[in-house]
Amino acid sequence: MNIKQSTLLFFMLLCTYFLNAQNIKVSGVVVDAEFGSPLPGVNLLIKGTSLGASSDFDGNFTINDVPLNSVLVVSYIGYKTIEITIKNDAPLNIIMEEDAQSLDEVVVVGYGTQKKRDVTGAVSIVNSQTLDDLKPVKVEQALQGTVAGVNVTTQSGAPGAGLDIRIRGVGTNGQSGPTVIIDGYVGDINVINPNDIESITVLKDAQAAIYGTIGANGIVLITTKSGKAGQKTKVAFNSWVGFQEASRKIPLLNATEYGVLLNETYANGGQAIPFPDVSTLGEGTNWQNAVLENNVPLINHDFSVSGGSEKITYAFSGSHVYQEGIVAPKKTDFRRNTARLALGAQLSDKIKVSTNVIYTYLDRDSVNDFGLGSVLFNGLNAPPTLSPFQPNGDFSLVPNTPGLGIEIINPLAQIFNTYNDFDLRKINGTIQVDYDMFNNFTLTSRIGFNTTNQEGKGFFPIVDYGGKVFDTQRSSVNQNKQNFNDYSLDIFGTYTKTFSENHNVVLTGGTTIFKEWGSGLFATGFDVPNNSWDFADISLAVGTSGEGVRDVGSFGFDERRLSFFGRLQYDFKGKYLFSAMIRRDLSTRFGPGNQVGIFPSVTGGWVISDESFFGDGGTVSFMKLRASYGILGNDQIPNNGFIGLLTGEGEYVLNGNLVSGIATGQLPNPNLKWEEAEKFNVGMDLSMWKNKIEITTDYFINNRKDLLIPNIPVSGILGVAAPGAASPTVNAGSVRNTGFEFAVNYKEYIGDDFNFGINYNITTIKNEVTQVNNGTGFIEGGSFGVGQPAPSRMEVGLPLGYFYGYKTDGIFQNAAEVAAHPSQIALGAAAQPGDLRFVDINGDGVINEDDRTNLGNPIPDITMGLNLNFNYKNIDFVMYTFASIGNDMVRNYERALTDVNRQTYWLDRWRGEGTSNSVPRLTTAATSNFVFSDFFVEDASYVRIQNIQIGYSLPQSAIENMGFTKVRIYAGANNLYTFTKYRGFDPGASSGAPIGGGIDFGFYPIPRTYLMGVNLNF
Amino acid sequence: MKMNNIKISLIVVALFFSSACTDQFIETREPVYSIDSENFFNSETDYFRALVAAYDLLQASYINVMLGEIASDNTLAGGESPTDVIGIQQVDDMIHTPINANIRDVWNWMFAGVNRANYILEFQDKTDFEGKEVIIAEARFLRAYYYFELVKWFGPVPLKIDQRFQLGDETSIPRASVEEIYALIEQDLQFAINNLTYNAPDVGRATKGSAQALLGKAYLYQDKFPQAASVLGDLISSGQYALLDDYDDIFELVGENGSESVFEVQYSDQQGAGFGCLQCSEGNVAVGFNGIRNYNGPVFDSGFSFNVPTQEAYDAFEDGDIRRDIAILNIDAWAAQTGATFGIGNEHTGFFNRKYIARQGDLNLGDQNLTNPNNYRAIRYADVLLMAAEAYNRSGLDDARARGYLNQVRSRAGLDDVTVSGSALTDAILRERRVELVGEGHRFFDLVRTNQAATRIDGFVAGKHEVFPIPFEEIQFSNGNWQQNPGY
Repeated sequence: MNIKQSTLLFFMLLCTYFLNAQNIKVSGVVVDAEFGSPLPGVNLLIKGTSLGASSDFDGNFTINDVPLNSVLVVSYIGYKTIEITIKNDAPLNIIMEEDAQSLDEVVVVGYGTQKKRDVTGAVSIVNSQTLDDLKPVKVEQALQGTVAGVNVTTQSGAPGAGLDIRIRGVGTNGQSGPTVIIDGYVGDINVINPNDIESITVLKDAQAAIYGTIGANGIVLITTKSGKAGQKTKVAFNSWVGFQEASRKIPLLNATEYGVLLNETYANGGQAIPFPDVSTLGEGTNWQNAVLENNVPLINHDFSVSGGSEKITYAFSGSHVYQEGIVAPKKTDFRRNTARLALGAQLSDKIKVSTNVIYTYLDRDSVNDFGLGSVLFNGLNAPPTLSPFQPNGDFSLVPNTPGLGIEIINPLAQIFNTYNDFDLRKINGTIQVDYDMFNNFTLTSRIGFNTTNQEGKGFFPIVDYGGKVFDTQRSSVNQNKQNFNDYSLDIFGTYTKTFSENHNVVLTGGTTIFKEWGSGLFATGFDVPNNSWDFADISLAVGTSGEGVRDVGSFGFDERRLSFFGRLQYDFKGKYLFSAMIRRDLSTRFGPGNQVGIFPSVTGGWVISDESFFGDGGTVSFMKLRASYGILGNDQIPNNGFIGLLTGEGEYVLNGNLVSGIATGQLPNPNLKWEEAEKFNVGMDLSMWKNKIEITTDYFINNRKDLLIPNIPVSGILGVAAPGAASPTVNAGSVRNTGFEFAVNYKEYIGDDFNFGINYNITTIKNEVTQVNNGTGFIEGGSFGVGQPAPSRMEVGLPLGYFYGYKTDGIFQNAAEVAAHPSQIALGAAAQPGDLRFVDINGDGVINEDDRTNLGNPIPDITMGLNLNFNYKNIDFVMYTFASIGNDMVRNYERALTDVNRQTYWLDRWRGEGTSNSVPRLTTAATSNFVFSDFFVEDASYVRIQNIQIGYSLPQSAIENMGFTKVRIYAGANNLYTFTKYRGFDPGASSGAPIGGGIDFGFYPIPRTYLMGVNLNF
Repeated sequence: MKMNNIKISLIVVALFFSSACTDQFIETREPVYSIDSENFFNSETDYFRALVAAYDLLQASYINVMLGEIASDNTLAGGESPTDVIGIQQVDDMIHTPINANIRDVWNWMFAGVNRANYILEFQDKTDFEGKEVIIAEARFLRAYYYFELVKWFGPVPLKIDQRFQLGDETSIPRASVEEIYALIEQDLQFAINNLTYNAPDVGRATKGSAQALLGKAYLYQDKFPQAASVLGDLISSGQYALLDDYDDIFELVGENGSESVFEVQYSDQQGAGFGCLQCSEGNVAVGFNGIRNYNGPVFDSGFSFNVPTQEAYDAFEDGDIRRDIAILNIDAWAAQTGATFGIGNEHTGFFNRKYIARQGDLNLGDQNLTNPNNYRAIRYADVLLMAAEAYNRSGLDDARARGYLNQVRSRAGLDDVTVSGSALTDAILRERRVELVGEGHRFFDLVRTNQAATRIDGFVAGKHEVFPIPFEEIQFSNGNWQQNPGY
């Protein structure tokens, strides 16, 4: 429609308006074609006006003051939109047909969209309904269990803590998370408000090749909500509150049990028993309960307003989340406020402009919740015989004895002395112009940007834990301000044409310019006045370190990427589908000669159900075979790895003062080149019984070659162990992930009042390192215990990050068994009856480092999601469950000291021949029982009920007088229960490190949240 | 409208070509605020700052000092438990294998020092300024110092002169013979002697005396006694150094960089590091490791109870030797005297290495145990006197002179002069070395070079344990270029 035509039409409409200046009342009922059941909440709008209504619960609607001959547009999600010209005021009986279903759903595939039926890649979609059901505080949580091929692990259950998304396994030892694209530009999933999201599309295979370099780990495309043209103003208000508690506690000894075991420990070591009378000990202090609180609040409010006239669409929204942590609620709280405005304008019939801007404010405080010395680590290890407070009200001190070491401190005192603050302010957004330049050709120009300012402050008061390593003699406050910016500028054209009726072609070509830059400034001030957080600012803390020590630091960076891409999409009658993509990227991460990477891919599809031989469907209404193959890239490595920079640390003491020298930093590798991800996928989409059952299944092989391995171990003669130096980044490995995905969706309507849906998905992953090219054939990582060798490895033929240690074979029951076994003295101490028996893997008659072997790995073999929902009359119910099978974890939250508190499994320790063949003896004497062995590796398979929710919508008749279109109240629980044999807090937690993940230092457990809320729409 | 469309088209196309269609966008980018390592050494300051960085790795030699005692008959590993730093435990028991993180640290850190010295020497001709030869001489002193450690620990090691090692050298550069390494050490130290004075520009930097002492020591380790006697004799006759009157003062803060200090590794309590990068600490990590476990009392601070002296080392002191209770803390006696309390660690002997355990009153910024300011007295004048005595005696040049040097050391310790000659004098000198220098990291190597190790150290296998194994990883990295030391 060109300008002339539309102008004409406008005048014609105007004329009819004036000619028929008599208005009528339109009313009627909307029903479902298949079941004849009334459809509530259907959107009815008089075209070109803001007149409209929603159908009530019985499908009834009324619109007053409707001009005759106007057009009524009836639309409802999942149904075909109908237009009816109003001729008279007779009640309308509107029958809506279900849309050929989700197959016509539009899927965002990167620089364009496709109908779902035409998609030839492996794509999964999470829609706003799922986000609404799951009530995630952070968006990543909504990807767990809802889509095949995606696994999400928590770094901590603390509010605002990070989550790691892995698409189809871990492909690299470097940055292995997917790239997130928000409305077309590179964004950050970490801070976005879940309620602003319309849909999340996960590109899992070579189709992501249109994103070239940044697509190797998969692409998560987020589309935010926007208004729709001709849509009446809709207002939604949601509010819910939750009460949180620990989803799991670890069974620990009480004071009496502890006393008994400790006496035995000392007696076995030939020492005097510490508690001659255990009868007075009682229950003692439950440190775990002291640290983990119940009924901790979580509050969420958000609202959105959206709508549109014929030319302008709009949506704006705001949200507020406040969450306190179950450990130290006031010191681990999280606050996020967001505001968003999305506007679209059809400037002319050729030019459309849209813009979408999000502002985020985030405030997070945290305690040490990871690693040796974390709050929970102390909560698990502090002796139950110690009361938390001294009689005078001061915190009690964990005694400084060899049996309790110098790291374990009173966790309540630790929380009390923790002071920090982190604030983040971010604006991100996009402005897009679509210009229909010629017939069938649209030029799109878009700029997306992120700009983030964050500041942090930490205060370390003077504190005395009684001779522990955390004692501080001088107070200090460190402050930092950091600024991160980026923009993506896309310019691309899309040419759409149908030739000879049946040949459909879409050509896309263009360029993307990406630049990210930023800076940071850090400083520390000493001697905080009054040793108080209230005075903790460098402006007051005027003390400095000694002469020559720099209490300041800074960084800056500027990295760029330039890309050209082209894509051909072709189909014949929608039956044979083909696409080919190529992308050329240049990146500043690589040196001259290696900056260019070219990434091609092809995909194909065959809609078998459209073939004449297939007949008219019958049971199977739709069937499509898909295949894709392509090469993607990765450049996510430390900056400037190809040149040698003087970023090392070279400080020495001259004349009694520190003097800063200058030294080389990371060893350069001028030959750095792109990491390549070769992806192959075959899949099938199937719909049966009128789309009641939809099945998607895929098989994939992902080969990651030329892995960019930062800080790869190299010979020490190169000086890489110097302070501030590092090993180079080298293209030195290959990893293969193969797997199978299956997802089925079943929905059924039973009678008028009841419908339900079941969604099940399963993913299998086999991960294998196929090459480590650094001479040794392995790379180590992670840490276990104190002063022990690295427990995790990347090694050829084994899964990435597998656990490497000693294999045990029960417990020595008697001296004869000890004598019959090779000496274990090289592990630290000669074995005694009651000690773990280690397997002589290499059979050389000695147990030493060479007998370490594969003890498992943290990568799940299988992950599954099972999600149920039903609606009965006004009641709705959802349940989401997730299972992870075959992931192992390392129990590393027990300090290997004699006097620490222990888990109850130690009650079953070895006490004499035949008493135990799994838990060793307790003694103060030297043993090798605490070296890293499979005694500490546990199967962390689990099934988790992630979310369960029941809601009730008030009848339409009750609320329409109040002007609402929907009023729903609901209650539910998140992380209701986790079924697992794992002893630790959270079998789903991981540091996210490819090598060294799955080692549990006492992960902050994810909270179980009971919540209730209300949705109001009007 | 049509005109507008054309205008917009032109703007879009212009934008496209002006900003995007050029690889310049990538190629012109310079790293932000950084200095290219190949484009440095443009001023005196640049050379000086690179030299400071080359000194830095001396601080990492704390592990050499600890292991030099623990490997010997002087001390046991100790620690929290038999698995606490298993690498140290194994060296103590002479059951160490090529897989040993702590021996690997010695290799890695000393080679890091070699590379930092070679970085300066690689660019020594780039920029001229007055006094450059001092900086070059110090760089060569440091290279000699690091290579001397490497040859002591590992025997033949790869050698690269005036160039940094490059990726790939591990598969092509062979392990140079011990003779070649010592030849470089001698040249470097001779250059340093010729270009340095007895007064360094800053306290802590190497002097002519440092170079002479180290050269004498290097000769001694090669049994080149006349050369050792000559250079050590020069050093002594320079009159620049003297024994402190009070042995106790040497190891306290007041004694740092005193008249007895010929070369001293400098530490500070102002900036620490974590266990992930012990070599990054500006403090003396060994002091925290050696410290008394769970100590609560006067004078000293807590530590990890490593490197605990044996009863036999305690008993090695003659009666009346004032050095015994200064060198070795008898914790039970001390506790009885002061009411101090302490914990019992692994292999508790009741003794601590008093010269290098933590003292109270330090700031220990960063980490209580890793940021102790106690300087390591790497070469003391007493050591020089004993080395000179040994050189004059074992070369057969002058037993009287040798006895004179020995008796200077003995008389400060409150002991009578020795009067013997010949091999009896040699034995006396070596006995004296043990008690004078106990806890200072020399014992294991003294035993090895005087062929006493096999008889004195439990588990020591002659022909194997004289040197430590090349780290397992290094053998792997070398891809067949380097062979493991015999017996490992």
